[in-house]
Amino acid sequence: MGHPEPHLDLSPRVSDEVRKTTCYMCACRCGIDVHLKAGRVAYIEGNRDHPVNKGVLCAKGSAGIMQVNAPSRLRAPLRRTGPRGSGQFEEITWDEALQTAVDWMAPLRETAPQKLAFFTGRDQSQSLTSWWAQAFGTPNYAAHGGFCSVNMAAAGIYTMGGAFWEFGQPDWERTKLLLLFGVAEDHDSNPIKMGLGKLKARGARVIGINPIRTGYNAVADDWIGITPGTDGLLILSLIHCLLKAGKIDLDYLTRFTNAPVLVNEDPASPENGLFLRDARGKPLVLDRATGLPTAFDAPGVKPGLAHGYRRAGITHRPVFQILAERYLSDDYAPEAVAGRCGIPAPRIHALAAELARVAFDEAIEIPQPWTDFRGERQETMIGRPVAMHAMRGISAHSNGFQTARALHLLQILLGTVETPGGFRFKPPYPKPPEAHPKPHATATPGQPLKGPHLGYPMGPEDLALDADGRAQRIDKAFTWENPLSAHGLMHMVISNAHAGDPYRIDTLFLYMANMAWNSSMGTARTIEMLTDTDPETGDYVIPRIIYSDAYSSEMVAYADLILPDTTYLERHDCISLLDRPISEADAAGDAIRWPVVAPDRDVRGFQSVLLDLGARLGLPGFVADDGSPAYADYADYITRHERRPGIGPLMGFRNDGTATGRGAPNPEQLARYIENGSHFTHHIPEAAQFYKPWNMAYQEWAVSLGLYDSPQPYIFNLWLEPLRRFQLAAEGHGPHQPPDHLRTRIKATMDPLPVWYEPFEQAAIDTAAYPLHALTQRPMAMYHSWGSQNAWLRQIHGENPLYLPTNLWEDHGFTEGSWGRVTSPHGEITVPVAHMAALNPNTVWTWNAIGKRKGAWALDPDAPEATRGFLLNHLIHELLPPKGDGHRWANSDPITGQAAWFDLRVRIEKCPAPREAHPALPPLASPVGRGPKSLAWKIGR
Amino acid sequence: MTQLPTSTTRKLGLVIDLDTCVGCHACVIACKGWNTENYGAPLSDQDPYGAAPSGTFLNRVHSYEITPKTGPAQLVHFPKSCLHCEDAPCVTVCPTGASYKRVDDGIVLVNETDCIGCGLCAWACPYGAREMDKAAGVMKKCTLCVDRIYNENLPEIDREPACVRTCPAGARHFGDLGDPGSDVSQLVATRGGIDLMPEMGTKPVNKYLPPRPRDTWEQTDILAPFLTPVSETPQGFLGWLDRALDRL
Repeated sequence: MGHPEPHLDLSPRVSDEVRKTTCYMCACRCGIDVHLKAGRVAYIEGNRDHPVNKGVLCAKGSAGIMQVNAPSRLRAPLRRTGPRGSGQFEEITWDEALQTAVDWMAPLRETAPQKLAFFTGRDQSQSLTSWWAQAFGTPNYAAHGGFCSVNMAAAGIYTMGGAFWEFGQPDWERTKLLLLFGVAEDHDSNPIKMGLGKLKARGARVIGINPIRTGYNAVADDWIGITPGTDGLLILSLIHCLLKAGKIDLDYLTRFTNAPVLVNEDPASPENGLFLRDARGKPLVLDRATGLPTAFDAPGVKPGLAHGYRRAGITHRPVFQILAERYLSDDYAPEAVAGRCGIPAPRIHALAAELARVAFDEAIEIPQPWTDFRGERQETMIGRPVAMHAMRGISAHSNGFQTARALHLLQILLGTVETPGGFRFKPPYPKPPEAHPKPHATATPGQPLKGPHLGYPMGPEDLALDADGRAQRIDKAFTWENPLSAHGLMHMVISNAHAGDPYRIDTLFLYMANMAWNSSMGTARTIEMLTDTDPETGDYVIPRIIYSDAYSSEMVAYADLILPDTTYLERHDCISLLDRPISEADAAGDAIRWPVVAPDRDVRGFQSVLLDLGARLGLPGFVADDGSPAYADYADYITRHERRPGIGPLMGFRNDGTATGRGAPNPEQLARYIENGSHFTHHIPEAAQFYKPWNMAYQEWAVSLGLYDSPQPYIFNLWLEPLRRFQLAAEGHGPHQPPDHLRTRIKATMDPLPVWYEPFEQAAIDTAAYPLHALTQRPMAMYHSWGSQNAWLRQIHGENPLYLPTNLWEDHGFTEGSWGRVTSPHGEITVPVAHMAALNPNTVWTWNAIGKRKGAWALDPDAPEATRGFLLNHLIHELLPPKGDGHRWANSDPITGQAAWFDLRVRIEKCPAPREAHPALPPLASPVGRGPKSLAWKIGR
Repeated sequence: MTQLPTSTTRKLGLVIDLDTCVGCHACVIACKGWNTENYGAPLSDQDPYGAAPSGTFLNRVHSYEITPKTGPAQLVHFPKSCLHCEDAPCVTVCPTGASYKRVDDGIVLVNETDCIGCGLCAWACPYGAREMDKAAGVMKKCTLCVDRIYNENLPEIDREPACVRTCPAGARHFGDLGDPGSDVSQLVATRGGIDLMPEMGTKPVNKYLPPRPRDTWEQTDILAPFLTPVSETPQGFLGWLDRALDRL
């Protein structure tokens, strides 16, 4: 040895203290261990005891330390001093800020509550924010689901009482075949990676169906590079193959779905397509034992599928027969769909065969007795170990709702939902549409709204229309244009408010929603609407904008009053069963955040501010009997609020600390959560862990926890009767009638059985002029805008070329360093391009939300995000191109209103490299200055 | 120049599963976080909010596309850090003895007190696994979290490198590759683990597990068994249904 080895301290002190809280670097809510030294954040790692991430943590989570020190953090309340969009502000006190907000809002509440529109973005406190809006009395409240994944959520709830991600998950422990449809780094982040790791470790097969092969699709055993917008067609073709071969779970279908329910088949009847029901309204099935129509849930009933029933001259047939007739048609044969899907027919046959082989030849059986809702005891739990997961790739299309329905139909026909090895719900799901609220939208001056804003309409009578048939909501949710818009339509708020259609508003109140940038369809147009003035008054057309954000995002520049939020490590939050909990398939789970460090700026957690505003406005529930604030802050609300007697935001440690679910508020509850690692888990008994919608042990467990007040067993909706009710209206039946111009579309799209139709935009344009599909994907190491301010993450994703497939790359003569001009029917951008071979030949794509406005996020104006980064949003419109019929049709799913931003069609040409990507919007003045020139962030020295 | 030990008691290292790695960069940032706060100088970042942000990382993930003769293109995510070579050229090239390989466990380290920042070791490393920290002027490299794996202030279960602890997909494994019975050696044996660039003669301790074959039905699907129809007519289908229901 030339040198002796130096002495090393192998056991350095890791931290003074570990504080456990919940991550918020994306929406997945992993548990984190925050290591503190001298009261400052020194290191963040995953919490091993946490049900979501079990110790692991993604790049975003580990980079949270760079979020708490980010130079983009807002420091104090701001009042706009320059014109909107200039970024010029003055700092004001909280008292001034809150008084200003109250001065704007209080008169609206007394005269026209609908003139306040309150929309939240990636908010995880919707249980509170919606309650506030309800108390204020405005119908204009929603979160961002309308441009996120409402198609997925609503199709899942309506079809089977839950969807993917927060509603349920693959049975990672048992599945033998996983199909991923349109999943990039969509929710949920770490659990999917952990699950894929488990599948890989035991050699289970993963098939990725996605136009783009990155991430999960890169590790998939097989990749099917489908043409965007055709997933529904592929799925219906798989259903065709499986039905034709009899590879369906008939036992499951007869017992747990409406496959046997009798449907009125008389075309002249006003009830055509509706179910035959008994006097109590129970859908009827034909009992195989007695041959008589019998309530579907009658004890001992053996529902049949093979025979119809005539009553009063009207033929009724089981749903299954109508379904089989439709999908057995050669229209759905692989050979008929292959061209449109971009998948060879033999591959579709092979995929169907593989689904059938795994589901039926590799079935699993757990020796666990259970009793169903008809009182029948089963000795075992049989599972069909095929799991599926889907996300935005199938959701953000104008045919997304029906595509998601088709996917659930496929899962159900195979008997894979809520069975071992398949897809499993997570409490509070399963929960059928009937168990959800209906929408409420009637504003009364000075009064709260009569019920929750958002819900699940069961027919035309539940739409949010006034007596003259006009939309009650500013976003026109729950109207004939998009009847089942269960998450609202945040993407329509600004354009409708600007157009004064259905009416003008006064104050737009936004939280965590970057509408002036990456969260709008048509960013530049949205900015024009936000800054447009009324020529008569000189006022802004949208007169007042209040915005809350923790960071200097693009939206900040367009608001008049800024209420600065804290970072996620400086705040209380609850991840609640009343809202969007962190349950697993075999346990209910909720969690909190708490201030593991104190803010070093004059900022306040938005939820505490909202409670304060509610008290200052005197909103019911927000003030005590003596008029004083009902809650000191959000922590106090989390502890003491009761939504129903004994049911509060958190299920754990209620009463004296020993009660779970139901129980009186416990002042020590938050302290107990913190001791417990900031989360709480309540396990489902073994006999209740599968077949949850029909399993009485689960139903009783759910009642005991307070998820429902009585057992709510139900059957899955292969035939979705509410859709048929809208079709009937469009056919002229009933007192609630749609506008004539919508009748044809309602009849075509609101089919009670899953249907595929061509995405609207491509059907409306000359596809030869716009031959390419253009998509975005979320990178794994960056979450929307938030990541761009993160010194570590932006070194991974500092720019976002447009990726082009080989054929396009070669045909246009692109080379490394090339730029392309990308044109859609709505706009043009000029951007850097890059080659990618593992890509559908008709698709181009980029990472989303990397591009930044100059001056935002405390970045230098010459940051690559601002000079080479770009948004596809400039190419998208919330409306379809004019058709010449006098109407402007929404670029949305016609059922839910989900923004169809994956329907985007473009063409590309090679162009000389410009100085920077176009459009280049002028720089914003930064209200927070710029970041430092170097970083060496070591807390312990 | 600096000598390597003739042998080490153990050969601690990583086994990285390229079949499972989804390319999420979790390991990159967990490493950055731990090693900024711990061993030696912090991993600094220059121009962190500017036009050309550039920081020191001990572990980076690269992605490579593979275009096979038949079948669709594939994407392989390839995390890369120091491989703790048995014949580490970065050690022997070091003029001050700052770079060294530990006799006890084979970890290659830089003693920052003795490092003069000459950069010879980075030049000698065929893998590009060392990075000069611009703020501190010393050479930084993967320490295999030597200040975690023996750290008595950490629970035993956490005494593994930060990148391994955080990997969501479980694609990173840590252990003694000198012990043929260890879990990592067994994994390497079962999955045909490989050395990176063995022709360089550096005898890397870290191993990579190659991706399993992908898209195999590209070759077989012409012969794949199609599902056999129960009938070619609607009436036949209903007949099958009746019979099938009777069997329930």
